[in-house]
Amino acid sequence: MSSTKAPARKGFNGYAATWRFPIIIWQALFFLGPLIFMVAMSFFLVKNYRMEEAFEFKNWQKMLTRGYFWDSYFLTLALATVSTIVTSVLAFPAAFALAFKVSPTVRRWALFLLIIPFFTSYLVRVFSWYVILAESGVVNALLAHIGLGPYTMLNTKFGTIVGYMTLTLPLVVVLQTFALANIDRNLVQAAHNLGCTPWRAVYRVIMPLAKTGLVVAALFCFILSFGDFVSPYYLGGSKPPTLPILIIDTTKSGQQWPRAAVVAVVMMVTLISIAFAALALAYRKRASR
Amino acid sequence: MNGGFLLSWALRGYTLLLFVFVFAPILFSVVFSFNSARFPTIPLESFTLHWYQTIWADPDVWTAVRNSVIVSVCTAVIATVLGFCTAYTDYRYNFRFKSAYMALVLLPPTIPLIIMALAMLAWFSKIGASGQLWSVIIAHSVLTAPFAMAIVRLRLNQMDKDLESAAWNLGASEWRAMREVIIPFCKPSIISALFLTAAVSFDEFAIAWFVSGLNKTVPVLILEIVQGNIDPQVNAIGTFVFLVSMTLVIIAQVFFTLRQSKAFS
Repeated sequence: MSSTKAPARKGFNGYAATWRFPIIIWQALFFLGPLIFMVAMSFFLVKNYRMEEAFEFKNWQKMLTRGYFWDSYFLTLALATVSTIVTSVLAFPAAFALAFKVSPTVRRWALFLLIIPFFTSYLVRVFSWYVILAESGVVNALLAHIGLGPYTMLNTKFGTIVGYMTLTLPLVVVLQTFALANIDRNLVQAAHNLGCTPWRAVYRVIMPLAKTGLVVAALFCFILSFGDFVSPYYLGGSKPPTLPILIIDTTKSGQQWPRAAVVAVVMMVTLISIAFAALALAYRKRASR
Repeated sequence: MNGGFLLSWALRGYTLLLFVFVFAPILFSVVFSFNSARFPTIPLESFTLHWYQTIWADPDVWTAVRNSVIVSVCTAVIATVLGFCTAYTDYRYNFRFKSAYMALVLLPPTIPLIIMALAMLAWFSKIGASGQLWSVIIAHSVLTAPFAMAIVRLRLNQMDKDLESAAWNLGASEWRAMREVIIPFCKPSIISALFLTAAVSFDEFAIAWFVSGLNKTVPVLILEIVQGNIDPQVNAIGTFVFLVSMTLVIIAQVFFTLRQSKAFS
């Protein structure tokens, strides 16, 4: 490349700084600032409904020794895990079809359609599920025609997972489709030529090649499910509450912001650990066989 | 080969079912918004505009719409400016700690909204800025700037690296090259970013709920109605919200694909 250098400058480069610094300042003030303050807040005290800056472990003690906190913690973890597994498994055949079985035009349209719900109101979609899944709702009305039901689907874990999937399924299908569409077709063809059965090719060739994308998709699914309060509240009945609901309850009633901060910090630590584990798995070199 | 053929069609049928699952709630929300039943199910009752009339006559809804429009327009502008600056920095420069810089920029959407909401609420009351519309605007800009950044960055990927240097060679200053080469080239993606960030902001409820105080936006209003009881008004508001956000997303997509077909050759 014989491209010319930018006009030479000495010392401080105002041009570069103009583009580089706005986001640093913005994120420091309104992203890092709030997060760091929230961690600090978990050590504050609440006296007479007013928050006092302090460095005490009272909130941590209070929350971490309570049974209901751990009930919520393990419920949230379990729900998010189930959601991740179910969503990934249900999304895979569709992503596979979109990546390998349809024309590029169909694929483009399908991905476009799947991106739309991600940017439309999740809240309204969950409310819609509430009506659809109700005792006298659409699903039970349909099932009654073939002599089944009615089934209770609201205020169950099933309801929660359906809600989570409303949020995560389109995204996971999109990410999985990208992952699958990007793998080298020649390797798949080679596997077939060497007498590999289609199922075995999926398991031994396609999935390992697309591993990074598949794991990242699952990770996003986990993060979204873990942090969502709408589905467990409206479709799951919130008994016991999940951690996000616990944050809301603690914040909105009783002004116990520091305790809510404890819950939030625990959630962050959990998510960061899981993200690192997932990324380590995603980028691990395959052991030679 | 017959088995493969069958499997292939089974996969397509399955994919179709998955799309039904994804779009069923949107579809039912629209259908029920025109249905007279208080607790909607099938078979449908009679057609009505009652729910639309109710929300049309509700001043709270109008205030919320006004708030939402202000918030999403301001958010879109701030987030897109920030996103553009960052995308250009990433495209043009290499510097120490660049990966930390990029992480700082791209991290916000990976943090659960409820955590951001609590952190923002606490921070804004600490600096004496809670309960304002512009606290929502600031929080939403943090959340959406990475989307804007990604869209503009993808566009810059398609630009010939030599285009900018050619402008310099011909005597343009860096500022002039920015004005006459980079920005025109990025224009479709900038428009796309504006619409997409507006759409995200228009639908966001967790942070808005925590920091908006009495200045409710539309999603916060929906959240509060839903907390009460089953009220088909939600379907009417919801249909309106879907319409707005889908329009925004589709416009964003159109400009985004414009980018691909009209890339400089």
